[in-house]
Amino acid sequence: MHELSIAVAVVEQVEEAVRDQGRAVASLTLRIGELAGVVPEALDFAFALATEGTVLAGARLLIDTVEGRGRCEGCGREAPTGMPPVLWCTGCGATLTLLGGRELEIVRVVLADGPPGAESAEDGPRPAVAGLPTRDEEAGHVPHR
Amino acid sequence: MCRTVDLHQAVLARNDENALALRGYLGDRGTVAVNLLSSPGSGKTALLEQLLARAVAAGVPAAAVTADLATENDATRLARSGAPVRQILTDGLCHLEAGMLRRRLEGWMPEGTRLLFVENVGNLVCPASYDLGETLRIALASVTEGEDKPVKYPTAFGLAQLVVITKTDIADAVGFDREAFLRGVEQVNPGVPVLETSARTGVGVDALLAHVLRAADGEEAHVPVLAREHERYLDSHDHGDGTGPHVHDGDHGHGDGRGPSSGGRGRHDDVPGAAPVPAETGGNAP
Ligand SMILES: [Zn+2]
Repeated sequence: MHELSIAVAVVEQVEEAVRDQGRAVASLTLRIGELAGVVPEALDFAFALATEGTVLAGARLLIDTVEGRGRCEGCGREAPTGMPPVLWCTGCGATLTLLGGRELEIVRVVLADGPPGAESAEDGPRPAVAGLPTRDEEAGHVPHR
Repeated sequence: MCRTVDLHQAVLARNDENALALRGYLGDRGTVAVNLLSSPGSGKTALLEQLLARAVAAGVPAAAVTADLATENDATRLARSGAPVRQILTDGLCHLEAGMLRRRLEGWMPEGTRLLFVENVGNLVCPASYDLGETLRIALASVTEGEDKPVKYPTAFGLAQLVVITKTDIADAVGFDREAFLRGVEQVNPGVPVLETSARTGVGVDALLAHVLRAADGEEAHVPVLAREHERYLDSHDHGDGTGPHVHDGDHGHGDGRGPSSGGRGRHDDVPGAAPVPAETGGNAP
């Protein structure tokens, strides 16, 4: 499962994006298509691991799931592809054009009031754990076991 | 107050950028990469050994890198073909990435290499998400794996430009339902070519090499439905051939190629003048 690799890539990009802000991250929104090959539940779990000790520690992960949708090139019918997807038209048999479902995108970050490590009212950041995923390109990959 | 930073970055942006650079690096050397995806035990290594041997015999400069979790057995087998082979030990990691592959190629790949076969880690989930700068992506399944393989792994088979069935010499013995397999392939990847091969009897190996060589000579490869959506984003960075089954989407980097923190205060806010926009579900919003 590569969700931890994905989570580490997300953390890395967000850290870079908010580096100069001096604030903790309160929440992070991802857009994930049904057909992106990523399992949201697994990503949720991986996110908690990948954020430990980072500016994202304790941040809420919000996932916008995008349905797989296709439009028939033959009859113009639009419909969900389902999962696993059926990528030809069940009406006329022509091949579909994908309208959505492959998204794998960091949409936005909401910053907290205070710097990383400050207590917030609702849920304080998790304690930092030293030595967890800093991703240099080689070391950031995740065992598949 | 909370502050919202809109990013709209593809999660795999870095790999996509590395893959783009790797595609250029290979192109400069006249090398065409073929990315091979399969489960462990699919017979991919045996088939690749045959393929390399035939390429060598035909005078086509071919080389291979093989990614393995921990052992060098595959490289040893492949080297019997007479082609240059390099092992990439991933130490248990589940997929190859473009930057990792590039570093292994630099200083190793023989000059004049025409075909570079990349035997990805034996796994049909994780490698599917990572573009390796390949010109042709092949998903393989053996007749022993069951006919529902393509539907079980729709990303791997759905993004393939060629599907290869292996070990067809024992198809009858194991009761392989060929029609069901082909229906599954057609469901997730309409129109993708399928080749049936046996490394033991040699059936289909020449056809496979011919297919690879046609792709190398610039014949347009199949573009899977799952990969097509990507084309609408191609304007954000020129991919040249535009045929690779990249998996990223989104207008990452907004075309300027810089990190989003360059302004020091985030990119911009969605609504001009209405700076702090809480996320819609913002439980942490004040
Ligand atoms: Zn139709």
